Amino acid sequence: MQFRHKIAGGDFGKAGNAASSVKKILRQLNIDHSISKRIVIALYEGEVNVVAHAYSGIIDADIDDTKIKITITDKGPGIADIEQAMQEGYSTATPQVREMGFGAGMGLSNMKKNSDSMKISSIPGDGTTVELITFLKSDAR
Amino acid sequence: MDFHHALFVDNDLCIGCTHCMTICPTQAIRVRNGKAIILANRCVDCGECYKACPVSAIGVEQDDLEMIFKYPVRVILIPSVLIGQFPRKIMTSGIYNALKDIGFTHIYEVENTVDMVLEAGKQYMHEHKIRPLISSYCPAIVRLIQVKYPSLVGNIMKVNPPIDMSAMYYREKLKSSGIPQDEIGLFYATPCAAKIAAVKSPVGEVESAVTGVININFLYNRILNYLQRKYTETEPPQTDDLLSSKGILWSLTRGELVHSNGRALAIDGIKNVNEFLENIENEKFDNIDFLELRACDESCAGGILISGNRFLTVERLKNRAAEYKARENDKTRKPLDGFLNLNEHGFLGNIEPRPMGKLDEDLSAALKKMERKRRLMCYLPGFDCAGCGAPDCQTLAEDIVQGDAQVSHCIFLQQQMTSQNLLSQEQAVRITGNIWGKERLEKNCNKLGAEDENN
Repeated sequence: MQFRHKIAGGDFGKAGNAASSVKKILRQLNIDHSISKRIVIALYEGEVNVVAHAYSGIIDADIDDTKIKITITDKGPGIADIEQAMQEGYSTATPQVREMGFGAGMGLSNMKKNSDSMKISSIPGDGTTVELITFLKSDAR
Repeated sequence: MDFHHALFVDNDLCIGCTHCMTICPTQAIRVRNGKAIILANRCVDCGECYKACPVSAIGVEQDDLEMIFKYPVRVILIPSVLIGQFPRKIMTSGIYNALKDIGFTHIYEVENTVDMVLEAGKQYMHEHKIRPLISSYCPAIVRLIQVKYPSLVGNIMKVNPPIDMSAMYYREKLKSSGIPQDEIGLFYATPCAAKIAAVKSPVGEVESAVTGVININFLYNRILNYLQRKYTETEPPQTDDLLSSKGILWSLTRGELVHSNGRALAIDGIKNVNEFLENIENEKFDNIDFLELRACDESCAGGILISGNRFLTVERLKNRAAEYKARENDKTRKPLDGFLNLNEHGFLGNIEPRPMGKLDEDLSAALKKMERKRRLMCYLPGFDCAGCGAPDCQTLAEDIVQGDAQVSHCIFLQQQMTSQNLLSQEQAVRITGNIWGKERLEKNCNKLGAEDENN
């Protein structure tokens, strides 16, 4: 089953809407809440990243009976050094964004921690794509 | 397992409108045969339906007052909001005397034990690292989390609320004075339906220490009648006068919060709580240590069984607390006798999540149903008119994939189906009658706003 959600860059008030929608779906699918919690946290971090750094983004979730694959594709500045960006605490967020309580530099590492696999690719000046896969049954990992 | 609910629909009064159904925070109501029905696995006994019903067709069960006379020792456990709802000129002692006249032999204010609740809370917070901890005080909130936010069940602070603590305490106290256990009846004067449900089917306890419940609105009328009949202010209050100013304020919004350490928030009103928990579940807000969440606006002062105005109730309790505060000091305020042991009596057992709205236990089957639901949503009009007998289009779509409703229940799709000869006019009329009642299609001038509305 496919689910798509569009994100507007800079709109912090709406960050979390996709995570909420996916959460409702996972609840109805009777996914163990410890698993759905990880998925929702990772997705929320991804949403915030797009809102904070990019101009626009699209979230595609593909759910089958073993896993959920979430692809977050944004149009934005991209990431020049992915390894550096993955480090906890590293952030390029502006002071304004930090003042709003975002941009602590935990986003990508939190996404990795809360998914079973994470792939990230980026073209500086063009945008970033993050693919998160999480298995839906605790014994499938 | 069946969950006990204190709210019920009186079919003789229900006019099958949609007020309760559309306001219910857990989509627990449907209309069938012209009457509202409450779905037991979704209802959290918050009482929003009770408040919304224009014809008072939502009832709140209570135990028969006669039941108290089975016990030689009849204790009424009263929350401070019972006193708070009366105008200031009615003295506390008058209210106590009225309660004795009604038949109670002992009066105990449930917030007497808040010091123990606080102590247990501190210990719990120290032993459990999970944050935010959510107060277990409001039973409607505990139930809301169980059905709607199952992933937050572990955040509920499993501390016995004052009502249970006080019931256990007072029972032990009476027993220690030589009264046999089976001669003691403990009755709780409840301000809301959720507390009734909590007594009848406790969460995290095997059995409640409370024997029965008497609704506050019933007592309110009895007390006023008594005071009008014969009362002249003579005797001083006859109760264990231990109540502290913090106890008096405990059931009001911020009553718990002011005693918590760390960063804490108090939120009242179930709509506000819902919105906040949604964000907590997404971990959108972090670094919060404690949440005081109450289902009713102005907390227990806004309980559905409180007859007095909730803002005036808050005012009176604040005044009462200030009076108590003035004469309170460590020397005169007796601590509770040591009848309870914190580790044995202070904490709740396991609280199980019971998520509502799952489409199927089996993931593949649930996925198929989800896909069908999403396809159905392409055709349903999406403006949630409730004409199908469900609160909104999404709920109807879920009911359809679960086999509890049909596509033709939607009045718009029904029209399309008849115009395409997929459904006959007679069938359409029958379907509408099955949802809204056959007499709904007939002339009736007794309804609100019609020619003979009060006949």
